[in-house]
Amino acid sequence: MAILQVQNLEKHFDKTKVLQDISFNLEAGQAMAIIGSSGSGKTTLLRCLNFLEKPSGGRIYIKDDCIFDADDPTTQREADVRRKRLHFGMVFQSFNLFPQYTALQNVTLAKELLAKEYPDYKQNKKRILEEIREEGRKLLADIGLAAREDHYPHQLSGGQQQRVAIARALALHPDILCFDEPTSALDPELTGEVLRVIRGLAEQKTTMIIVTHEMAFARDVADQVIFMDGGLIVEQGPARQVIEDPKEERTRQFLSRYAEG
Amino acid sequence: MLEFFASDEFRTVVSALNTGCIRTLQLFFITLIGSLPLGLLICLGSMNRLAPLRFLQKKENPRWLNAVWGFRPISAICRLVVWIVRGTPLVLQLIALFYVPGMVGWFNWPGGTSSRMVAACVTFIINYACYFSEIYRGGIQGVPVGQQEAGQVLGMTKGQIFRHVTLLQMVKRIVPPVSNEVITLVKDTSLARVISLQEIIFMGESFLKSNMGYSGLVWPLFFTAVYYLVFSGLVTLFLNWVEKKLAYFR
Ligand SMILES: Nc1ncnc2c1ncn2[C@@H]1O[C@H](COP(=O)(O)OP(=O)(O)OP(=O)(O)O)[C@@H](O)[C@H]1O
Ligand SMILES: [Mg+2]
Repeated sequence: MAILQVQNLEKHFDKTKVLQDISFNLEAGQAMAIIGSSGSGKTTLLRCLNFLEKPSGGRIYIKDDCIFDADDPTTQREADVRRKRLHFGMVFQSFNLFPQYTALQNVTLAKELLAKEYPDYKQNKKRILEEIREEGRKLLADIGLAAREDHYPHQLSGGQQQRVAIARALALHPDILCFDEPTSALDPELTGEVLRVIRGLAEQKTTMIIVTHEMAFARDVADQVIFMDGGLIVEQGPARQVIEDPKEERTRQFLSRYAEG
Repeated sequence: MLEFFASDEFRTVVSALNTGCIRTLQLFFITLIGSLPLGLLICLGSMNRLAPLRFLQKKENPRWLNAVWGFRPISAICRLVVWIVRGTPLVLQLIALFYVPGMVGWFNWPGGTSSRMVAACVTFIINYACYFSEIYRGGIQGVPVGQQEAGQVLGMTKGQIFRHVTLLQMVKRIVPPVSNEVITLVKDTSLARVISLQEIIFMGESFLKSNMGYSGLVWPLFFTAVYYLVFSGLVTLFLNWVEKKLAYFR
């Protein structure tokens, strides 16, 4: 069963159509890569899934549960958006770590705030917070940053910051983890450590959507690839096939530009 | 020279200046306590997006008409107040607020003999709140949107994002410009003498004419500078300490 179904998603800003008729399914445990040239709408698509933008049309289902339907206002209530966002995790191109918190605090903050809503929070506060911290430490250790948990973001390299951002998103156990060009703000020698972490997540069957310009990485790590152009999905299919043997002329042109570069 | 510091003249003048200094300090601290939070209210008001007529906006309407329906009354009122307060001299505001209500028969400032202090505090609070509100606005808008969005995708509420993510970053950004205003306030308190509030300079000047059996003394007026220097020096030390406290992150 598909964990995520996106049907006929549309987004326009005033009169410019940025996304048109976007439909795809994502199976649990699979990784999907989204490729496409600049301005094709990749970021906007991720932002719509995370409700940072409100889609102008279409439907989004999580495990057959409709979380957004442009024609049904009851699925669009402001009060529910916060809960719905928790289905998705988001790793931004520019990390967006909170500068005033240490690496560990960045990872645990959201969970600590959510814990305040637990009915037993008052009685078991100490234990709950200690558990959250323990889990945060483990997440940082998993990405090789155990020794850096008390460092502030400005004391970390770009690659380390992005890894902390990944741990921060994982801390809330999202159903689907979204990455928006996680390595394009990094110096070339730092991309490897971030891609390795994402590869590790794929091996553990984390459901992911990864917007990337790293074609070889998309081919090796993703199960599915979507190629977007001008706000439309031009081609989608198994990763190896789309990247090595694309059916559409536009995909071929796009990929050949990468092969040359 | 040393004898002078022991003279009756020196002791009389200093004790008069000290009385003035206490009033200056009162005005200074009351203004800060009132205007720092009021500034935040005005700031939030001027950024308020409430537009009661927005439902009249239609896609097919011309742009100007949609702009009219998008009118934000709370924001507009706050911006108007800020414009008026920042666009007119503080001296004028002091005179207007102290004398006009009595002249037109609205009300008289309460507080009996301290009514001048009450009026001065109210005027200074409003005036400084408007300056602070603009500094806050810059501070809030200076925090990258990515910070808010990161909080949103982590399921935080608007209030949590403000308290736990944006606030401290904003405070860090506004400390330098707020420091400037606070140092200016140290000296601006002297403007309250236009409504005869007997602060330091008023007291210093009084010995030029005649006060406590002395007249024609010039030095007390200039001697007030010592008070201001000590005062602003202490304030500067404190603000530098705050800035250091926030230097642990960038
Ligand atoms: N808030 C907005 N208002 C108006 N237009 C926008 C807005 N956000 C994005 N767009 C437009 O939508 C189009 C798609 O933008 P988007 O950022 O999704 O592209 P992208 O595929 O992520 O590109 P890149 O590879 O450069 O990141 C662009 O033409 C952009 O100008
Ligand atoms: Mg993008």
